[in-house]
Amino acid sequence: MSQETVTFTLDGVKVKATKGQTIMEAADAAGIYIPRLCWHKDLPSGGNCRICTVMVNGRPAGSCLFPVEDGIVVENNTKQLKDHRCQVVEMHFIEGNHYCPSCEASGECELQALGYYTQMLTPTSPYLRPKYEVDASHPDVYIDRDRCILCGRCIRASEFLDGKCVFSFEGRGIHKRISVNAEHNLGETNMEASDRAATICPTGALMIKRTGYRIPVGKRRFDIHPIGWDIEKKKKSG
Amino acid sequence: MATRKIVINPVTRVEGHGKVTIHLDEEGHIGQTRFHITEFRGFERFVQGRLYWEAPVIVERLCGICPVSHHLAASKAMDVIAGAEKITPTAEKMRRLMHYGQTYQSHALHFFHLCSPDLLFGFDAPVEKRNVFGVIEAYPDVAKKAVLMRKFGQEVIKATGGKKVHGTGSIPGGVNKNLSKEEADELKRDADTMVDWAVEALELCKKIVNADAKRLLEFGTFESNFVSIVAEDGCMDLYDGNLRAIDADGKIIFDQVKPADYLDYIREEVRPWSYMKFPFIYPLGKEKGWYRVGPLARLNCATYIDSPIAEKERKEFMALGNGRPIHSSLAYHWARLIELIHSAEKIRELLADPDLQRDELVVTGKKKNSAVAWLEAPRGTLFHHYEVDDNDQITMANLIVSTTNNNEPMNQVVKKVAEQYLDRKKITEGLLNHIEVGIRAYDPCLSCATHALGRMPLIVQLFDHHDDLIDERVRG
Ligand code: SF4
Ligand code: FES
Repeated sequence: MSQETVTFTLDGVKVKATKGQTIMEAADAAGIYIPRLCWHKDLPSGGNCRICTVMVNGRPAGSCLFPVEDGIVVENNTKQLKDHRCQVVEMHFIEGNHYCPSCEASGECELQALGYYTQMLTPTSPYLRPKYEVDASHPDVYIDRDRCILCGRCIRASEFLDGKCVFSFEGRGIHKRISVNAEHNLGETNMEASDRAATICPTGALMIKRTGYRIPVGKRRFDIHPIGWDIEKKKKSG
Repeated sequence: MATRKIVINPVTRVEGHGKVTIHLDEEGHIGQTRFHITEFRGFERFVQGRLYWEAPVIVERLCGICPVSHHLAASKAMDVIAGAEKITPTAEKMRRLMHYGQTYQSHALHFFHLCSPDLLFGFDAPVEKRNVFGVIEAYPDVAKKAVLMRKFGQEVIKATGGKKVHGTGSIPGGVNKNLSKEEADELKRDADTMVDWAVEALELCKKIVNADAKRLLEFGTFESNFVSIVAEDGCMDLYDGNLRAIDADGKIIFDQVKPADYLDYIREEVRPWSYMKFPFIYPLGKEKGWYRVGPLARLNCATYIDSPIAEKERKEFMALGNGRPIHSSLAYHWARLIELIHSAEKIRELLADPDLQRDELVVTGKKKNSAVAWLEAPRGTLFHHYEVDDNDQITMANLIVSTTNNNEPMNQVVKKVAEQYLDRKKITEGLLNHIEVGIRAYDPCLSCATHALGRMPLIVQLFDHHDDLIDERVRG
């Protein structure tokens, strides 16, 4: 089956893509990194985080959802969008309790890596400091809602990859939180440490127990390369 | 009894803040002296509810100068929780290397930055001169070596912990990295020099002390019990061992006490005027049971030191006591420099050990719910006690830090110095300086020992016996 090719403009450069691809997929293939948090290569797009927003013919659109079309003009690397992304990242730091220095996800955390990538400095608004309890009721996995950015990856992974339905969102707006499908806590669900959901969290909110800090500083994922490096290297190597 | 109260606040050049009050009776004699510590960091509450493997990384933030001590003490406790009864030789040696690196850099810092200004310029020299910048100007060679010694210690910490400050190298059941051949070779290049420079530092200290021995060794001196960890054969061991206590004559009070039994031997008293507790040897009671920890206590308690230069120096040092322990407050500096040498010798020995390049890093076993661990931090014995529930969450933490162990001794040194130097009509700059010098011998790390908030200016207040303020002096 021959795939239909389309051509669009990304930051002024003509990019060829396959019809049906999202803008993000096409950009990835072309070696152009668009920041993302809720997207994961093994999951359907969630469209939750809005970090991946680009301008399509002058209007904002989520690049992890928006399909490429012939002739569209996409802006990604503009000051306005970069500022927007930095603000979204900053809002996560304000709305949660992210203690990077002692967090076991430090160096592996995509939110922290995006903080560096977007050159976020000290947040400009006051911290909200919400109060959450750690849910450590499960023998092998724990939830630390202080670090949850509500990306929904665990919900989708549990549903689409594990064939379970362990997680869901509850509440709205600022009260929205990740919850488990059980009366009280994670320990009552059919979650297992081998579930894909257990290792798909972009931050340290959903973690396998007793494995923290096993990777030395200097050898952790983002100690070695900044986020997006794997995509951008495609371009550099041609 | 009616008393006048003199307040000196804070003591400069100790980490964090402290306040000293001297309570005089109607005749102007010294009644009580108190060293108040007024800073709160609340880490014991901070770790409650956290997962046990996080503790080594959370508690190391207690202190900017000796984070490694907390990192390792918590790791040792979490070894017990994780069921690692014996960690691998590689893990133990990596941790020891980290610990000696920490001791080396901390002792070098203490000597050059905090204590050498007093010794080199005299206690009465003006504050503008009697500081580390004065040392840099007047003794540039000493200052340069000090910087490089600290740097070496930090490089050892980085090679073992991943970062110079607040690393993650030690984890429950072991470590997360070994030492590569390249890392070892890099550090080995300077290892001999670091031993030599430590010896030079001690020589300098001895020269100064011997020139004015009577005054210096009597300064702020009082008698006490001493507590430290020793190895099973009584050898000095900064990383591991059991607890030994001796009395003022050097007689053993208890020996080879295991961490899990510490509550039978050490208890803490709360006094209403202080946020910092007062530990004491339980069988001796609150009045008589207080003790000193730190370099001097370790020298007094140890039967011997297992590194040749430090052992030779230990013998020379102990001879000062004529068969009894050394009680002089300023002898802490001397003892500290013997440990500086010991740390450098140990680092050199470990760097040559091929076990550091092996890959057996972590062991685990059957989980436990309670753990006590200790080690000898640069400033003295450090206790960590945790309870962990079946969900792996910490439910209780009690830390007895070195500065807390030395709480009563610091009150005692203030009292001694005040008795020796107080001009009862006026608060002199001289008295203030001497009190600082006395407290600094104990190297209190106030930021990690304490509770309450706030930064106060340096203030000296004089109260009459009705507790009315009659004089006040503010510095800087
Ligand atoms: S727990 Fe992790 S994966 Fe799940 S919603 Fe929160 S941040 Fe996303
Ligand atoms: S990555 Fe597109 S909305 Fe999150």
